[in-house]
Amino acid sequence: MSGSPLLLQVGYLARRSVLRTLRQPMNVVPSFVFPLILLAVNVGGLQSAARIPGFPAASYLDFALAFTFLQGALFATTNAGTDLARDIQTGFLNRLALTPMRSAALLLGQLAGVIALALIQATLYLTVGLIAGVRPETGVAGVFLIVFLGLLIALAFGAIGAFLALRTGSGEAIQALFPLFFVFLFLSSMNLPRNLIEIEWFRTVATINPVSYLIEGIRSLIITGWDVQALLLGFGLAAGIAVVALTAASVALEGRLARS
Amino acid sequence: MRAFVSVALAVTWRGIHNAFTNPSILVPSLLFPLFFFTAFAGGLSRVSDVPGFDYPAGYTAFQFVFVFLQSAAFGGIFNGFAIARDFESGFSRRLLLAAPRRTGIIAGYAIVALVRWAATASIVFSIALLSGMKVLGDPDELLALILLGLLLNVAAVLWAAGIAMRFRTLQAGPLMQVPVFLTLFLAPVYVPLDLLNGWIHTVASVNPATFLLEAGRGLFSGQPTEVGVAFAIALGGVALLTVWAVRGLKSAESAG
Repeated sequence: MSGSPLLLQVGYLARRSVLRTLRQPMNVVPSFVFPLILLAVNVGGLQSAARIPGFPAASYLDFALAFTFLQGALFATTNAGTDLARDIQTGFLNRLALTPMRSAALLLGQLAGVIALALIQATLYLTVGLIAGVRPETGVAGVFLIVFLGLLIALAFGAIGAFLALRTGSGEAIQALFPLFFVFLFLSSMNLPRNLIEIEWFRTVATINPVSYLIEGIRSLIITGWDVQALLLGFGLAAGIAVVALTAASVALEGRLARS
Repeated sequence: MRAFVSVALAVTWRGIHNAFTNPSILVPSLLFPLFFFTAFAGGLSRVSDVPGFDYPAGYTAFQFVFVFLQSAAFGGIFNGFAIARDFESGFSRRLLLAAPRRTGIIAGYAIVALVRWAATASIVFSIALLSGMKVLGDPDELLALILLGLLLNVAAVLWAAGIAMRFRTLQAGPLMQVPVFLTLFLAPVYVPLDLLNGWIHTVASVNPATFLLEAGRGLFSGQPTEVGVAFAIALGGVALLTVWAVRGLKSAESAG
């Protein structure tokens, strides 16, 4: 590996990460199935919410589809975190520290599995949505942008998972944090647009919660059209979270490698 | 009978001690119902503006009854995790060897689930009242709702115990949770049954959880409906799942 370019190192680890992710059906299948089950249940139960005056979509399915991407990304967080924690617990990371592998390669390679999973998820969610009758207002270009934003969100969430794994070194701790992330998802504009949330404190929390803007970025492409503000907020926040989480994960990785 | 009671009480004491002295066990079972109550009653209150929504006690109470019954069911399921953990740690094997009347073990776990749910339900109810929830049912109707919750809690712990004793590993957790989760969420969670359309209306119409939920909401709003059917379903469920759990116990005994 001596003298290998960064990309080659990333490639080796990315291959390992992607294969490891796809070879664990117990991790992969729930990330496909659960968001779709929740979508079916919510759409069935809340279809009549589309009749609330001021509701921004004719069908609740159009409105709700965006949430599946966030829920899928949540699985990315725990998958990335758990896999990295396992590498720490099994000593793989320590052995890697003895090689000339650069820490950036380790992190990016590790997140490749998350991106691969997110790409399959996004394709599946969109296909199911299109079959069920969703027609994005932004057309084919919008579909590509939805996938791109979905991948960026998965990268951001996956980087958070990696950071937490590097800090705690425990897969169990990552799993225990899953409910906490879930709270962030539910205390957002996932079920109703913020202007239709009646309870003031809930509306305030949903407004502060970055998850609302990530959902609204994807949702705008489906139900609104080219809403520049929603897209800037969605992409901006996703990129911002990704940069902060990747930086934090890099620092945590340096610290862990220095200790090993 | 004395042996049965002594085994049940010993398992109860240990289970309660474990549950209430270990925050990682107690906190999720307390937080989950509160979280669902907050997310549903807070985030979706505008759903009460949907034409045809006519629940007299308001949307907060409408969601409270769901969360109340959901916490009863999941209180039972959480105790199933404890049973599976006891098998993984080897404690259950020693317990099976020592217990003079083994069915007391199931009874003990069921009592633990009831005590844990009592704590959870009290907290959820207090917070719901503090949030301004209207209670239109009289004390007898509220008592009937609590009894319905107790039966659901016992049914859920018997279901989870049956799974835990057959598989004897925490990896069977999804098998305990997912069917209960799906049954509950395929009932009219967000709006009354009449406002559901399509496939979910069809499924909810035959879902036993719908009868429990509709009866609970009727009792809470002082307009009882289908209470007899709901109690028949709950009692029938407890009877069937008792057989399921006892057979699970036999399976664990056979496995040694």
